[in-house]
Amino acid sequence: MTQTTVGFITAVLAAAVQAGTPLLYAALGEILTERVGILNLSVEGIMLVGAVSGFLATVATGNLAAGILGAAIAGGIIAAIHAFLSVTLKVNQVVSGLSLSLFATGVSGYLGKPIIGVAAPVSFKPYPIPGLSKIPILGPMFFKHNLLVYGSYFLVAFLWYFLYKTRPGLHMRSVGESPRTADSLGISVTAVQYTYTIIGGALSGIAGAYLSLAYAPSWIEQMTAGRGWIAIALVIFAVWNPLRAMVGAYLFGGIEALGFRIQVVGATISPIVLKMMPYVFTIAVLIITTARSATYKTEAPQALGVPYERE
Amino acid sequence: MKHETTVTDESAQRPQGRKWRIRVERRLSAPAWWNVLVPVVSVALALLFGAIFLKMSGYSPVKVYTIMFKDTFGTRYGITETLVKATPLLLSAVGVSIAFRMQLWNIGAEGQIYVGALAASWVALTFTNLPAYIMIPAMMIAAAFAGGLWAFLGSAPRAIWGVNEIITTLMLNYIAIFCVEYFVYGPWRDPSSFLFPLSPVFPKTAWLPCFGRTRIHLGLIFGIVSALAVGLLLSKTKWGYEIRVIGENPDAARYSGMDISRNIILVMLLSGAISGIAGMCEVSGIIHRLQAQVSAGYGYTAIIIAWLAKLHPIGIIIVSLLFGGLLVAGYSVQIYGIPADIATMLQGSLLFFVLGVEALARYRIRIIRSSPEPVQAQHTADDVAREIT
Repeated sequence: MTQTTVGFITAVLAAAVQAGTPLLYAALGEILTERVGILNLSVEGIMLVGAVSGFLATVATGNLAAGILGAAIAGGIIAAIHAFLSVTLKVNQVVSGLSLSLFATGVSGYLGKPIIGVAAPVSFKPYPIPGLSKIPILGPMFFKHNLLVYGSYFLVAFLWYFLYKTRPGLHMRSVGESPRTADSLGISVTAVQYTYTIIGGALSGIAGAYLSLAYAPSWIEQMTAGRGWIAIALVIFAVWNPLRAMVGAYLFGGIEALGFRIQVVGATISPIVLKMMPYVFTIAVLIITTARSATYKTEAPQALGVPYERE
Repeated sequence: MKHETTVTDESAQRPQGRKWRIRVERRLSAPAWWNVLVPVVSVALALLFGAIFLKMSGYSPVKVYTIMFKDTFGTRYGITETLVKATPLLLSAVGVSIAFRMQLWNIGAEGQIYVGALAASWVALTFTNLPAYIMIPAMMIAAAFAGGLWAFLGSAPRAIWGVNEIITTLMLNYIAIFCVEYFVYGPWRDPSSFLFPLSPVFPKTAWLPCFGRTRIHLGLIFGIVSALAVGLLLSKTKWGYEIRVIGENPDAARYSGMDISRNIILVMLLSGAISGIAGMCEVSGIIHRLQAQVSAGYGYTAIIIAWLAKLHPIGIIIVSLLFGGLLVAGYSVQIYGIPADIATMLQGSLLFFVLGVEALARYRIRIIRSSPEPVQAQHTADDVAREIT
């Protein structure tokens, strides 16, 4: 009994990391974007475009690295449009993000038509790390995954260090807090906002490619199923901190994984009700974070979503 | 050859030695003809953009656009189908537009459509003996109530705790779709539909009347009436005035004693109720039963429509018809192997072209000739620009 319980928990935790990784990539991308004061609501659409471009690039080249690169470039392009609209043209960022998300969803459906039902020629396979993967519970949870998952660990550590311990990190945060001050210190607000919005989009694109090249691995229309929006909620939960985003991503991934596992075990709850769980959970977490947390208000980039006009 | 070398040398010595330069200036006022030019240029750009996509995937843009246009506005069926597709778009666009007026981002129209359809189906399947003149209003009330409730769930956290309503309303879309799935796969599944997730067909009394022998149903009238009613509400009533003030200047609204939280709830109730009726119209006017897919993303398209129309009721009617036509056109090219997503792409790109062109219209571009000493002139021009900005 206890043996199977431990087995069940281990399986759920390992699945939580797998399901949480696309959320993590997308949330890290959105953290970078929002830290410079740009609200990009097109994450869902960017992930879809990333998923389809990553898949197409892999089919064309037979190379997974090319797939990731393709997804990152495609995501960066959509984000660049958002940057142009919101930084240069100073349009309403909510409207720009929403319209781009719908547009990108259409693009993904259009590009993905020929590859529906096609199996990926290659996909990311789990690569257990010798030694570490043998640790009970933690081993399977963290060290029995594919390279993209390992890559996300490094990315979290790097971004945390970059944001809080380096000069460029300080510059970018100051742009999101007070673009006027940053400008007066000689930081190019426009350049910083463009750079991190595009990098953020590239990361969301990679999040999509994780779905089509590692998680599924195939292209299914609308395969993101709201993960882009959950990632945006995750950024708020994480109070714009990469480390907390990691915790949150696995928490959200865990809810998704738990739904699957409960079905497998054969509980009597309707599978449809279980499928609702991540969305209900997202709303609940958002309410708790916003209503209870004092850090939410202090950590939110003060200039988020406000176009900067030089006077 | 020698001449060319000298030119390069010269420009190397004076890297900024251009004879003229472009300057972007902010317009103080927009001329009236922009209101016509902006939509026209944006539509042209969106079509051009779509053409590039079509060309890249090996289709002839001219042929595809010709088919799209002919099958939509060139045949009787195309025209009536456009009106059929425009109906749910119109209703939900009117719904979201009220919320947008208050800068309240109700992205939940899709979910509100689904729960509206669900509630209307419940009435039709439970009280099968009602006469049509009670059945139809009862279904409408149920749908409006359900849509309103769904919008309330999305907006109450915003009103109470300031929770971002974009995400809550959006998450509720997924939950609503699963709710409908639950019923059509479970308790309401028609035993005679074999394995298809369909409810039994509604009694005839629950069918919205159609015009002549077309598929156009009474929902179109609901849509037009709601657009006009919301237009009057916003422009002629005290409540409408409050909504506009809160949308344009929340601080001023707060100082003048307007209850923002209360208005958030009320506006969202109304917004959701109208989208709920859109869902009722789909099941009662078109499908005549509940199925897993009630809406093909109409609730999301509605957002684009509302914004393109600048939240203006008459504009919403016109843009809904245009977008209804685009949907029909999208389906019509599918026969030729072109993904129907081309319609979604055109719709999405249209909005960002409008946003872009509109923003550009706020500026004018002037070509300024430099004085004989370019480097010097450059400096002064920059200094002047810095002083002005």
